[in-house]
Amino acid sequence: MNRKMVFYMFGRIGQIAALLLLLPAVVALIYSEYRQLWSFLIAVAISFVIGTVISSVCRTTNKVIYAKEGFAIVSLAWLCMSAVGALPFVLSGEVPSYVDAFFETVSGFTTTGASILPDVESMSYSMLFWRSFTHWVGGMGVLVFVMAIVSSMTDRSIHIMRAEMPGPVVGKLVPRGRDTAKILYLIYIVMTVVQIILLWAGDMNLFESIVHTFGSAGTGGFGIKSDSIGGYSSYSQIVIAVFMLLFGINFNLYFLIIIGRFKAVLKSTELWTYLGIAATAVCVITFNIHSIYGSIGESLKNAFFQTSSIITTTGYSSVDFNLWPSLSKAILMLLMCFGSCAGSTAGGLKISRVVILFKLILVEIKRMLHPRAVTSVKFEDKAVDKQTLNSVAVYFAVYILCIIATFLLVCFEPFGFESNFSAVIATFNNIGPGFGEVGPMGGFGNYTDFSKIVFSFSMLLGRLEIFPLIIALSPTTWQKSR
Amino acid sequence: MKIVIVGCGKIGTSILENLVGEGNDVVAIDISPSVIDEIGNVYDVMCVCGNGADTETLEEAGVSKAELFVAVTDSDELNMLACFVAEKMGAKHTIARIRKPEYNDKSLDFMSKQLNLTVSVNPEWMAARELFNILKLPAAVNIENFSGGNLEMVEIRLKQDSILDGLSLIELRRKYKAQYLVCAVQRGNEVYIPDGNFVLKSGDKIGVTASSVEIQKLLKMLNLVQKSARNVMILGASRISFYLAKRLINSGSNVVIIDNDEKVCKKFADELPEAVIICGDGAEQELLLEEGLGTTDAFVALTGKDELNILISIFASSQNVPKVISKVNRNELASMADKLGLDCIVSPKHIVSNLVARYARAIKNSQGANSIESLYKLMDGSVEALEFNVSKDFKGLKTPLKDLTLKPNILIAGIIRGRKSLIPGGNDEILSGDRVVVIVSGQRLLDLDDILR
Repeated sequence: MNRKMVFYMFGRIGQIAALLLLLPAVVALIYSEYRQLWSFLIAVAISFVIGTVISSVCRTTNKVIYAKEGFAIVSLAWLCMSAVGALPFVLSGEVPSYVDAFFETVSGFTTTGASILPDVESMSYSMLFWRSFTHWVGGMGVLVFVMAIVSSMTDRSIHIMRAEMPGPVVGKLVPRGRDTAKILYLIYIVMTVVQIILLWAGDMNLFESIVHTFGSAGTGGFGIKSDSIGGYSSYSQIVIAVFMLLFGINFNLYFLIIIGRFKAVLKSTELWTYLGIAATAVCVITFNIHSIYGSIGESLKNAFFQTSSIITTTGYSSVDFNLWPSLSKAILMLLMCFGSCAGSTAGGLKISRVVILFKLILVEIKRMLHPRAVTSVKFEDKAVDKQTLNSVAVYFAVYILCIIATFLLVCFEPFGFESNFSAVIATFNNIGPGFGEVGPMGGFGNYTDFSKIVFSFSMLLGRLEIFPLIIALSPTTWQKSR
Repeated sequence: MKIVIVGCGKIGTSILENLVGEGNDVVAIDISPSVIDEIGNVYDVMCVCGNGADTETLEEAGVSKAELFVAVTDSDELNMLACFVAEKMGAKHTIARIRKPEYNDKSLDFMSKQLNLTVSVNPEWMAARELFNILKLPAAVNIENFSGGNLEMVEIRLKQDSILDGLSLIELRRKYKAQYLVCAVQRGNEVYIPDGNFVLKSGDKIGVTASSVEIQKLLKMLNLVQKSARNVMILGASRISFYLAKRLINSGSNVVIIDNDEKVCKKFADELPEAVIICGDGAEQELLLEEGLGTTDAFVALTGKDELNILISIFASSQNVPKVISKVNRNELASMADKLGLDCIVSPKHIVSNLVARYARAIKNSQGANSIESLYKLMDGSVEALEFNVSKDFKGLKTPLKDLTLKPNILIAGIIRGRKSLIPGGNDEILSGDRVVVIVSGQRLLDLDDILR
């Protein structure tokens, strides 16, 4: 294990964290929130000093990294960003408990959007901005961001990308890792700016449109009102719903559109499955909740908003879907697990995995009927190799195991089965709100500190797709090489 | 610059490594998923799995925007087809590996023209040419020719108790008055571009530029001269052996080729009647001695196995064969062989990857006025020798060399003017129309102007 390189990268990430923390400091300056300004500046100083010291101590010429270094770098980076990002909340006194602040920051970076805040409307502007900004950074990935701005970290950056980018197979758009990272962020920034402008044109002011855009771009879901998006006009709600859906699409497809290969986009199985699932869910829910809202337009809008919010694992709500009939709730629960396309900013299992899993099941049944049949699973018009099939199946098994384990750890909480189970699902898939106690109008504030830490880890596991964190936490990974 | 490489075997990977290191955007294509996976893990390139002559695969690799397309799969026919298709799809320059002897005769010109190939490479033939040059001048570890063969760059290993031990370069120049220049020294793992105060030591590998006549003179003065190899023993009947034996026989040398495959031996015997073909296990020391290892002038190990080549070469060295050359393709083994005392190592894949790197740099520099004529990597690749055509736009024209402010670790090692070559002194000037040989370590030159501060 090339520990020096891992810690060197760790140090560089500390410096990047300092850079990112400067942005909310500027916001604090604009709104004259001087106490918050100081807390941000102290956090900047701490992370910059630590980052600089570590990266200069661990400077090394041996920049060769392998898969395990990639996993370790990514896991350390996410833990470090969350630990540092929580500081301003505590220092300014707006979230007195560090565990609460840590939970809130992890929830931000992992684009979950689960909150412990009892009253979000009493928060200062700069803190609200920072909360939402973590969504935006975490959505596309902290290390992809680092790759895009730090020149030539290492030739083998693919190991880092693979550990951080969600989905069963990670490919590059262009030959060089750094250019790929830049293109991804460019697409991301352009879409973000477009959404900010569209929202600003509606009934939101600039601050509100920026915050809500960050929340939907990263598919996070931190709002600044206690009723989430419910208080805004239908125009704003529809803009947000459409953009959430767009951010749930594989970014590679946007790149294909840019270089003019529309046919390849139209042939994407994952895209059509994703849109198909969303459309079906919208139809069923519309009919199911028709009796509550009366008009078909209103129910369609709410069904569309909620479906889009849940399938992309964002977690905004236009109404309290906790009060919906159980068919709708069941569908939403299912969508929570499915998630969106691989290579997007969303969480969950990812549609590509779901499709491959279903095909795998069909093939297995066929093999039972015809024991000598030679089978192949096809995805996106290409045969999926055995290794990928295996890793998809194993991922699913581990995914279920992790959910069960997390559920067992929080089962003594007094909020009942529905609340606890949906809380686990909502954090593990990076959605945010669940049902019952943790529904859109509730929050995680009443859980014990122990459960909050468990949920924090469950969010990190879900965002990094389980294995990087497990590998980084196992001692054999850290064996020293000579 | 965008470059597409089809085929990621030994040669393909070596080319790829070279080109990625030079900062190009490289797309790798290979038919085998496991090979392409490994490439993606190790190098910062885009990987496409598929047949390199398939338009869909090529489209995915973005071949229409490629400046250079290199096809180096196992199969000559696939390489040619891939280059043809790529060229039609918009690749600007194409390089194909074509190594079957039957394609490499008169038909090559015709085919290259029809397929619009920029160049075709035959690694085995090129390796054989290099081996032949070394066997003609056995005192050298390595020889590179600059254009016209007028100026040569020779690497020499200073043996134990060499008379040069402890001499500084200024003293050396005073002692041996000839037109030459010591332009690079390798000591252990360090490589130096020496100045006049540099002191030589036994065990150093030095690079010398001079015209071929002057080199002979210098070697004679240094007591290093060895007559060119008349009796050569070659182990392994490979394509390189074939090309090498043919050249040696044409120049009047006696050749013994040993291989343990009867069919191959028969084929060689048919095609090279003048050579002695022995069918037997070359790893058997008894056999080698019986066939005259003790009296041969040179031993060349060219089997397909690097390890075998190294081991038998060590045995040949222990039998005091004056010149032992081994073919070693894997980098890590080559450096080990060097530590074991085998200083003369030839690697076909490096020869080809240097050639492709030169083309890549020449294409990149096509806007620049001073084009690259040749490029060699010396001292295990850490030093480059480049030959530039000087245009009338060169910034240092008609200035005495001592007045040019060069970047560190750069040396002007030779000027070729018409048919004459000269080793430059401080008062010489570079004129337009010259060709200039520049030695550089630790940086990449694209244009002659880059040598100036």
